[in-house]
This record gives sequence, C-alpha cells and structure tokens, in this order.
Amino acid sequence: MASRTISKDIITLRGSAAIVSEFFGYAANSILYNRGIYPEESFGKVKKYGLTLLLTQDEGVKSFISGLTSQLSEWLEAGKLQRVVLVIMSKATSEVLERWNFNIETDAEVVEKGVIKEKSDKEIMREIQAIMRQIASCITYLPCLDEACVFDVLAYTDKDTTVPMAWVESDAKLINNPQMVKLHSFDTKMHKVDTIVSYKNDEWEDEE
Amino acid sequence: MDASPRFSTNGNNNTIPVMDLQKPDFSNLVHHWCRPARASSQPSSHDYADRFIPNRAATNMDLAQGLLTIPRKEDSMVGISSSREAYRKLLVDTLLQGRTRILKFRNQSRTPKRSCVYPPPVQPIKQNRRIPKEPEETLNVPDITCDWQLNLLDWGSNNILAVAVDDTVYLWNATTKSVSKLVTVDGPFYPITSVSWDPDCRRIAIGLNNSHVQLYDPATNKMIRTLQGNHQDLLVGSLAWNNYLLTTGSADGLIINNDVRIRSPIVSTYNNHSDGICGLKWSPSGQYLASGGTDKLLHVWDISKSDPLHRFNNHTASVRALAWCPFQNNLLASGGGKTDESIKFWNASTGACLKSVNTGSEVSGLLWNKSERELVSSHGLTKNQLVLWKYPSMAKMAELIDHGSPVLYLAQSPDGCKLASASEDETLRIWRISEKPTNKATSRTSFVVGPCNMYSSIR
Repeated sequence: MASRTISKDIITLRGSAAIVSEFFGYAANSILYNRGIYPEESFGKVKKYGLTLLLTQDEGVKSFISGLTSQLSEWLEAGKLQRVVLVIMSKATSEVLERWNFNIETDAEVVEKGVIKEKSDKEIMREIQAIMRQIASCITYLPCLDEACVFDVLAYTDKDTTVPMAWVESDAKLINNPQMVKLHSFDTKMHKVDTIVSYKNDEWEDEE
Repeated sequence: MDASPRFSTNGNNNTIPVMDLQKPDFSNLVHHWCRPARASSQPSSHDYADRFIPNRAATNMDLAQGLLTIPRKEDSMVGISSSREAYRKLLVDTLLQGRTRILKFRNQSRTPKRSCVYPPPVQPIKQNRRIPKEPEETLNVPDITCDWQLNLLDWGSNNILAVAVDDTVYLWNATTKSVSKLVTVDGPFYPITSVSWDPDCRRIAIGLNNSHVQLYDPATNKMIRTLQGNHQDLLVGSLAWNNYLLTTGSADGLIINNDVRIRSPIVSTYNNHSDGICGLKWSPSGQYLASGGTDKLLHVWDISKSDPLHRFNNHTASVRALAWCPFQNNLLASGGGKTDESIKFWNASTGACLKSVNTGSEVSGLLWNKSERELVSSHGLTKNQLVLWKYPSMAKMAELIDHGSPVLYLAQSPDGCKLASASEDETLRIWRISEKPTNKATSRTSFVVGPCNMYSSIR
C-alpha cells in the first residue's frame, strides 16, 4: 500500500452502534450456517470483514434478523443494551442446547456526554474478522446437533427500557452445567463486545 | 485485608525532636545567680558549646507525643487488591441483575425445513394434544360384578359397547348414545361372566357362570347357539375371537378353542394353567394366543401347536392385562396384579422380554392406542387411574383419574378416539384420548343396531 497517513477514523456513538449490530447480524448468520440450523443450500456468500461470509437467503430468517438488528442498534445508541444471547434449542423438546453470549460494555461517558472517540476502522474490522473465524472453527469442538433445532435471540437490557412490540419478557434460558468457551472480543472504544459460547455437555443419548 | 496501621516512620521527615529527659539547664541560672555582676546577658560561648539543648518551655509536649504514637490513617485509595476487585465486580453483577431485563425477540424464527438432511422423528411428540382429564360421559352400572377373572366390557367394531351388568347385557350405542338391552339371563346361568363381540359384530358371545357360552345375534336379540359342558361347570371368564374361532378360558384353567360354525365345536384344548384364566387375547395376525392366569403364568400359544410356545413366569401376580401391539408384529404387553404392578413387553416369536416398567399400582387392563403409538393401562389402588404411555419411551403422557374404585374393565372404541372404563364404583366412564380417528378400524360410526351382517369386515 502506498504510504499515506492512515487517518484514524472517528467513531461516533451511532457509528459504533451500527458496527456492533451489523456484527451481530453476520455472527448470527454464521452461527446458523455452521451449526446447521438451516440447510446449507439456503445460504449465499458475501464478502465482509475481509472474509467470505454466508448470509441466509430465506426471506423469513432474513427479515427476522434485520428486525432484530435494527432494534439492537437503537438500544446500543441509547446505551441500554447489556448483552445479546443467541439460544439454540431442540425443536422437539425445547431444551437449550447452545448459548452464544455476546456481552456488551458501553462506555457510559460516551452515551451521556456524546464524546467522540477515535479508532481505526481497519483495526475494528480485524478484530471482528478474528471473531468470525473463531465462530467458524467452533464446530470442531461443539457437540453435534443431531436433531432439528430452532433459535431464539434474547437481549439483556436495562430495567427502564420500554419493551418494544416485537419483544417479550423472557427467562434467561440457561444451560445446566454448561461447558463454556471464551472467544475473542472486539472494541470500538465505545462498545466492547465479548463473545462466550456455552454448550451442553456432550452425553451419550440412550433412547430413541 | 491489607489495611494495616502504618507508623510514621517515614524516616527523614521526622521533625519531631527526640525527647530525652534532660536535666534542666541550670548553668544559665547559676550563671545569673553566681555572678550578679555580670548583669548583661552577654552569652558566654560555653553556653552553646557542643550540643543542642532545646528549650523545654518552648516545646509543645502534647503534640509531639501524639504524632509519635497515633498511627497515621492509611490512604484508602491506594492499591485495592485484585481479590477485592473481583469481589466488587461480582457484587456489582449480582446486584445489577435486578437492573437487567431479559427480552426475547418475539417474531418466532422460521422453523427450519429440514426434511432432507435430518430424518424427522418417527412420531413427533405432540405435546399439545389435549387429553381431557374429565370423562366425556359417565354411565351408571349398578351392581356390576367385580372380579379379577371376569371380562364384562367389550366395544365392538360397530361402535356399540356391550356391558354385562349382573344378569343383563346392555348395548350402548356410542354413536346415538342410546342404550338397549340385549338379553337377561335367568336361573342357573346367572351371573354373566364375560362378553365379547366377534370381529364382524354379527355375533356376541356371552360367558356364563355355569360354564355355558351363549352366542346371540344382536340384530334380533336371539340366541344363536350354546356351547356347553366343556368347562366342568366353572365360570367362563375370558373370551377371545379369532375369526370363526372362539376361545374360551375358564376358572378351571382350561382354554378351549371352539369353531362356532361346526357341530362339535371343540378344536383344541390347552391345559397348561393350574389356576383360573383371567386374560385371553389373540394377536392381530391370528397366529398367537396369549393367556394369563391367576397362577401368575403367561403363556403364548401358536395356533398350530398344542403345547405353549412360551411360558413366562416373570410376573409375580396374576396376569390379567394383555394386549398385542397393532403396529409392531409379535409385540405383546402384559400387566401384573397387586404384588407385581409391572407392565412387561415380550417378543412373542423369540420369547424375549424386551422391557419391564413398574407402574406402582396393579394393572387391570392394557390396550394399545390404535391411532398413536401409545399404550393405555388401567389401574387399581390407590389412584384408580388410567395411564397413557408413550411407546417405546414409556413416558407418561396422561393420567386420567376419576374413578373411586379400582378400574377393572377397559375397552377402546373402534376408531381409537375413546376409552371406556368400568370399575367397582358402579360407573362406566367414557374418555376421549385422541381427536383423529384411525382409518384402520372398520368403524361405521353411522351404524345403528340393525342388521349387522350388511357390512363386510376387513378380515
């Protein structure tokens, strides 16, 4: 690359919120593809974060995720979002099999005072790229999902948030005695996102 | 905890004069006293010779003492240890739970259309099938005779439920909900000990206390035939039809296969039970006959042989409940009485015991649900319940508790949607267990008690 001053990009709160919610959209798609929740044929390739990622082509899932990410973006701007969890459950028994936990730490000062931070866009991209690669490689140690599964998305917000139409109060959908693996995190200087995946201990099924 | 008192041993900052007990300096005074001539205060050099002698009067003793002995307060902002930090964080997290709200995105994610990759479960467990806990109907059957060896209830494939109450056989039409009387027996035949519809419902067989078996035509309410003298005057408590073969089992342990078409009906006799027969069932294929007795034995007979194919003595109580599985060949379920309380599954061709499930209560009747892969069992004390089990997991799908006394008689409607149970509390209750009628059964729901010989059977 020709030498030029790499201008450090200025991140606004809105920009950061957009980055995080977009990340979540891609991460969710990646998880759905890699864990086999939806058939592989229903995914199409796109280039993002310097990687080839797969996005679902199914209209229903697409609209589901986009509705979700727009709400997340709103909450992030208000600084009310604490965590987002993607829960994978067995379709037959509704038992929680996997829990993808994205912890979000918001810089409170930014929300209150509207301070602008600086961080290179490239660097953020690189961090996100690392996480996406890790998600893809997770299938090596996560237990096989043999049965048809469905997924749900939970958002941990502040108590004083108004509940929008498309969301309902829920329980935490935790797993008993989970195995947890911590993945990389990324930081936009305004929002810091940690990723942890917890899954049910792989047991030998003995019936049916 | 790291807060430890620190003494002001900050070395060089010590500006406090060392307190020694000193002799008061009298030299000046002496000087004054002794040499009054020298009135002038001209200090002589030897006053300040080689040591510093503080002026005692000028020093503030109290302050000095305090600064020496009282520990200096530790600066609280300095160096919180990592364990405290972690504790503080944990505390914050726990407390903040009260501050967090967990929301779930409501627009349900599309259920994946996964028919290609993963095989769909054989029978999706329909948890949302509502099985009403209350019986749909309750009929009174006063004075119904209750005995472990009797079988007084049978639901024919014409959707008519036949129940023997004391000396009368009533026919309850499940479609029209009307009751009619078939026959009242009198005299030596009383009471009626068993009732059974033949598969075509052209005849109904009634077993009697004096070992006679009578066949009636339900259309005309007339007796067609009597089979008598075979069971040595003991009651015939169990009847089972296999096409034209009527198998009768009695309290003497004899099982007789009668061909009802011919003049001398007896085809074969099985004599392997030592005590009364309480359960008798032919397999759907017509090849095997299962018989259970109060001698705790379960025999499986092959129609072509006169010796039992299998002899199972695993039950520790009399075996009355027997049911052949409609969807799996040669699978027999048997239920044990009071001290046994278990349901056992057998492979009739190999003789292997596949499974044994403890139910906690005597099993008085067993039925396979025709529409679902389920097993129904009826029980006695203490709950007097009917249990619906999912097969093969044997998970309890429903428990129907309404009878006040042990349930003795159990029957299923031909379309598999309803159950009939009669117990010592003198009621006959009809339960709905399924919504969709099975199309395997030859159910003519519009049938009334009329000329039954009009429709042809599947067999």
